[in-house]
Amino acid sequence: MSTTPEGPQRRVRVTGPDRRAQPRPRPRTGDIDEETPLGRVYLGSLLRAQLALAARILGLLALTVGSLPLVFHLAPGLDDVRVAGLPLVWLVLGVLVYPWLVLLGWRYVRQAERHEHDFAELVGELDR
Amino acid sequence: MSTLPGFVAVVLVTLATLAIGTYGLRLSRTTSDFFVASRTVRPGLNASAIGGEYLSAASFLGVAGLLLTFGAEMLWYPVGWTAGYLVLLVLVAAPLRRSGAYTLPDFAEARLDSRRVRNVCSLLVVAVGWLYLLPQFEGAGLTLAAAIDAPRWVGPVVVGLVVLVSVGSGGMRSITFVQAFQYWLKLSALLVPAAVLLVVWAGDDAAGPARATADGWSVPLAAGGAQGLYTTYSLVLATFLGTMGLPHVVVRFYTNPDGRAARRTTLVVLALLGVFYVLPPLYAALGRAYGADPAASDSLVLELPRLVVPGPLGDVLTGMVTAGAFAAFLSTSSGLAVAVSGVLTQDVTSRRLPRLGDLAAFRVATLAAVAVPMTAALVLPDFGVAQAVGLAFAVAASTFCPLLVLGIWWRGLTPAGAVSGLLVGGAGSVLAVAYTLADDRGSGWFDTLAGQPAAWSVPLAFATMVLVSRRTTPPAHARRFMVRLHTPEQVELDRS
Repeated sequence: MSTTPEGPQRRVRVTGPDRRAQPRPRPRTGDIDEETPLGRVYLGSLLRAQLALAARILGLLALTVGSLPLVFHLAPGLDDVRVAGLPLVWLVLGVLVYPWLVLLGWRYVRQAERHEHDFAELVGELDR
Repeated sequence: MSTLPGFVAVVLVTLATLAIGTYGLRLSRTTSDFFVASRTVRPGLNASAIGGEYLSAASFLGVAGLLLTFGAEMLWYPVGWTAGYLVLLVLVAAPLRRSGAYTLPDFAEARLDSRRVRNVCSLLVVAVGWLYLLPQFEGAGLTLAAAIDAPRWVGPVVVGLVVLVSVGSGGMRSITFVQAFQYWLKLSALLVPAAVLLVVWAGDDAAGPARATADGWSVPLAAGGAQGLYTTYSLVLATFLGTMGLPHVVVRFYTNPDGRAARRTTLVVLALLGVFYVLPPLYAALGRAYGADPAASDSLVLELPRLVVPGPLGDVLTGMVTAGAFAAFLSTSSGLAVAVSGVLTQDVTSRRLPRLGDLAAFRVATLAAVAVPMTAALVLPDFGVAQAVGLAFAVAASTFCPLLVLGIWWRGLTPAGAVSGLLVGGAGSVLAVAYTLADDRGSGWFDTLAGQPAAWSVPLAFATMVLVSRRTTPPAHARRFMVRLHTPEQVELDRS
């Protein structure tokens, strides 16, 4: 088995490439750690994206749920409206508002995680 | 009226709580276990625990009664308490977890590098926590008086002792299990009787329909035209923004493994709260259909089963709702006791009594955290229960909400700005509610503004923090701290 003229040096272990040694793109985080102008741009863009997302979600909340007192104040006839035998306001504020809040939260979580994923890729790719 | 089902229910809930709490004792060994359950709680369990802790007696008993008496304007309480979690999710959940602090004062000190801010925060946490504990103890007294004819002092003492034992022995780790159990207990204790009662109502020709017109029962606004509109909006603001500043809510976020888990936990909490809050309006509508007495609104949930189905079935259902109500007092009080004693341990007992070990210091702090509001509940049995909860939300929204939001999203916040904002917002909201408690007769604009202060005290606190911060210099490490708050954990950064 090991009698080839090349000697034992030629023997190689037949395994897959060592994934741990294969350097994954090292995150180039120095710019952020050293607070270079570039690092500030990276961090600033993440912060702005997350803050804009938060503002969008809260704006939707204010526009839909937050506007209801004003709507009922301006249109007092609404409290007589019935949908399927139930007063509209009980249906909206007693039931429908909760799935809507969960939907808003779910959209927020998905997009916030996407922003963080993009940020991780951005600072991770630069060293290649 | 038979008191047996209520008695059995209270005993069973107490035993189950103590058993689960003791089981947690075997798992709790380090200080980190005690304060934050070593930060290993998964989103599903953690969300159940948050839901269990958050749904207090006000949610379990109070909302249905308020809806019966005042109608749709009271729907804003459950809606606000749930939407508060959406605001918390969007603005603070993940960064708060990433800040890596144990308690709210820890966050303030780490962010602003100032002992002074820390001390003001500790004071406020303890004040808000005690304010919120007081109505839990008083509510327990009222419930046990209604359910098993016990004297008024029995409720506070029983709840206080159970909380003391389960918190003092196992800390946050065991409380997490207790509270997750109590969320599901509370949900089933409200859901199963509601389902049975609905079936009975559907086949019952004698009962009136759930009429809801003609007397403003379906108007989601407080009475009084423009003043009513102001009151409603102020309540909306207090609940939407106050949730994030309640000490027992905030401290739970430190138990998540990372920022992403903190977000997912909050999302599950939103869903759990939504499922729960659909039920109280059902009780109010059924109570209306069966002519429940609006004057005894706080006991509506406890009385309704017997009103609809007299006899043994009614007794069993009454036992169930009593168990749920009692679980509500226990879980909210436990959560608050953990939060308050966490702060007391770090800022009082560990510093003043350095010869005690960590665990002994925590237990002494727990004793203080429970004993003070329990004594207050025994001495002042008629302090307004609903008002104390409202005050806690208004104070939290006017103090910790601006601190958290600005601290997380604005690098320019300075210690001087934070302290002045906390003092202005805290003093404004506390004075307003103190005025209302002392003199609740007026109906002019001044009384309306004082009765529901959040709509002016929150913007005032924000403005004070921003203006004073603009004139002072932010701490040197602010940018580094923003890195820690906002970057995902998988990116390797210097988070020192």
